[in-house]
Amino acid sequence: MFSKRTWTLVSLLLIVVLALSACAKPTAAPTAAPATEAPVVVTTEAPKEITFGLLLVGPYNDHGWSEAHFNAGLYVEEKLPGTKMIYLDKVNPADRPGTTPAQLADELVGQGATVILFNSDDMKDSATEFAAANPTINVIMASGDQQWAEGKDFKNLPNMVNVMGEMEYGKMMAGCAAALTTKTGQIGYLGPLINDETRRLVSSAYLGAKYCWTTYLGKPAEELKFKVTWIGFWFNIPGFTSDPTQVADDFFNSNYDVVISGIDTTEAIVQANKMKLAGKEVWAIPYDYEGACDEAPDICLGVPYFNWGPSYLGYVTAAMNGEYKPLFEWVGPDWTNINNPDTSMIGFKEGDALSAEAKANVDKFIAELAGGLQLFAGPMNLQDGTVYLKDGEKATDLQIWYLPQLLEGMEGKSLP
Amino acid sequence: MKTMTKTSSLWINTGFRIAAIVLALAFTSIVLLLSNARPFEAFANIINGSIGSSKGIANTLVAWVPLLLVTSGLLMTYATGMWNIGIEGQITLGAIFTTLALRLMQGTSVPPTLAIILSILAGILGGALWAGIVALLKIYGGVNEIFGGLGMNFVSTALTIWLIFGPWKRPGTGSMSGTEPFDTSLWLPQLEGLRISLWSVGIGIVGLLVVYFILQGTYFGLKLKAVGKNGRAAFLLGVPTTRYIMAAFLICGAFAGIAGAIQVTGVYHRLIPSISSGYGYLGMMVAMLVNFQALWAGVVALFFAALNIGSIQLPIVMKIDSTLSGVLQGALVLFFLLMEGARRTFLSKKRGK
Repeated sequence: MFSKRTWTLVSLLLIVVLALSACAKPTAAPTAAPATEAPVVVTTEAPKEITFGLLLVGPYNDHGWSEAHFNAGLYVEEKLPGTKMIYLDKVNPADRPGTTPAQLADELVGQGATVILFNSDDMKDSATEFAAANPTINVIMASGDQQWAEGKDFKNLPNMVNVMGEMEYGKMMAGCAAALTTKTGQIGYLGPLINDETRRLVSSAYLGAKYCWTTYLGKPAEELKFKVTWIGFWFNIPGFTSDPTQVADDFFNSNYDVVISGIDTTEAIVQANKMKLAGKEVWAIPYDYEGACDEAPDICLGVPYFNWGPSYLGYVTAAMNGEYKPLFEWVGPDWTNINNPDTSMIGFKEGDALSAEAKANVDKFIAELAGGLQLFAGPMNLQDGTVYLKDGEKATDLQIWYLPQLLEGMEGKSLP
Repeated sequence: MKTMTKTSSLWINTGFRIAAIVLALAFTSIVLLLSNARPFEAFANIINGSIGSSKGIANTLVAWVPLLLVTSGLLMTYATGMWNIGIEGQITLGAIFTTLALRLMQGTSVPPTLAIILSILAGILGGALWAGIVALLKIYGGVNEIFGGLGMNFVSTALTIWLIFGPWKRPGTGSMSGTEPFDTSLWLPQLEGLRISLWSVGIGIVGLLVVYFILQGTYFGLKLKAVGKNGRAAFLLGVPTTRYIMAAFLICGAFAGIAGAIQVTGVYHRLIPSISSGYGYLGMMVAMLVNFQALWAGVVALFFAALNIGSIQLPIVMKIDSTLSGVLQGALVLFFLLMEGARRTFLSKKRGK
């Protein structure tokens, strides 16, 4: 039975493999030469070169949070000659069991990286551990607060930068667009996990929605329903999180006609698009990534997005010149043009589905924000009715960053 | 004349095993070629990433220890013919009990060394308890240990998530990154600049030796194997089958519990959602690959650990997915089992002639 024919088959298989690998071999090694060369400058110094490494919590092409960081890396490579990006994506316990982000950062250092970016709040412990253990490596931690002297978790690490965008503004614009569009007066928010960051972002969306609902549409605040459902993580991990597809569908099926996404992936607009094709009048607002609307422009009201490029360019340049300094930065939009790719950390790209009338009001709202409109202003209560801001009081950065609960008038869980 | 046959059958066995390895490599190479990557470069990167630096070796050992412990434990249940697929949950419960013990002792006057030892003992208890439930379900409830084990795995996952986002959540926030990390005094002492603790390596090696000794050198081990070979015959000859099955499960659970304890005290220093890191399932593959022989478990587990660590290089350097290591591991097991079948057919045919 197990005779000549089988052996022939096995041998043939082997020959094919060996032949194929031999054929494949002569192609140029992809990693050999850096893509960009430093410009020839007539000095005695050698051209500066630097490798920076990104640890991305999701896939590099997630059309969301991780892709926004990945694109920022490409931006640095393009703008600063002599830089090379390496990266590792899907850095989370479900996708890479048995590893820690600090260990994976070591792998990037092993490949020559001297600047390491940790792009998720969930890597915070690892980022702190890694920065302390590797004082010669420059660490960027996006969304962390370890370097905020006034913050609750100050670690004072000489080689770490914390950077976060003031997405509160982006979310306010998203909320505004949602409120100006909804026909049912019900807005759903597809939330990730519950922490300081997500509480303040969903609350910002609510404030933007309430402001535009009452100010531009002249409707009473009580008639606006705003509900958040948390899935448990930044993206779907089967078995660990609620299924965001299901959560989005539930919203649309229970009379919520606009869903704002707070998660890193595109389920909200994907499902809205399906509903639309099935004849339902619904809309969605994705998150994080400038091109997120492209997936379903017909139902997309716009996208608040991060533009990390300019900030990262600054940090990598500093590292290259030996001028890297510990820092906590909470960077707002460039109010002269929030969509300027070279200057604005936070942008809002209006979508095709936003009506002309609504668009005019969203633009008006953005202009008001640029002019200094502060929505985190009293009187304002927390979800349980306790006073958050007294009449006439404006929230400090600390009060906003560490928002302890959702706000009064919002539906959904405040605490995990 | 007799020795001649023995040598030739040894050669035949070795030949079939080498063929299995070659086939697995060939299969993985085809997968690589289909994704436009060069196999030799990929294998070189895996080797370099796992044993090319002291950090790589240390990280490989970090993965080796729990894998070795789990495999060792599984050899006990396999000896009785039981498929302890609930091993993942047993690791998890070990980790939960260890975390619980450390939480109770952190900030008290209990000396750190004692706290670590007690927490590992708690982990043993947790793992054994979870395995014991599967065994009870099997023995008294007639629930197949595979289904019982799978069920308990799901329960353990749910329990972990509940603890991390519920009673053990960080102040004001729940996070997939797990519970608040323990103070460094409660970490298993690590080598300077590396992630590995010699204590955990020691525990892993001792664990394997214990299992090897039990299975090869004791009457107890012999009876376990008798239960596995033919439970009914063993029973008729006076071996209390159910008690031996229970014992095998408890020992296996204890080993899994130690693995979970080391994941907490030596690797993550807290409880995380997927604390078992898939070592349970990987351990089952290792055990199958070594044909349930303790002698080879250490080497093969080391190889699998090296594959896991080395493959991290693939996405960084070659932009291909690191799950390739899983493809190679799976292919090895499949081809090994296939070749094992082929070998039997070959030998029986030969004898038939």
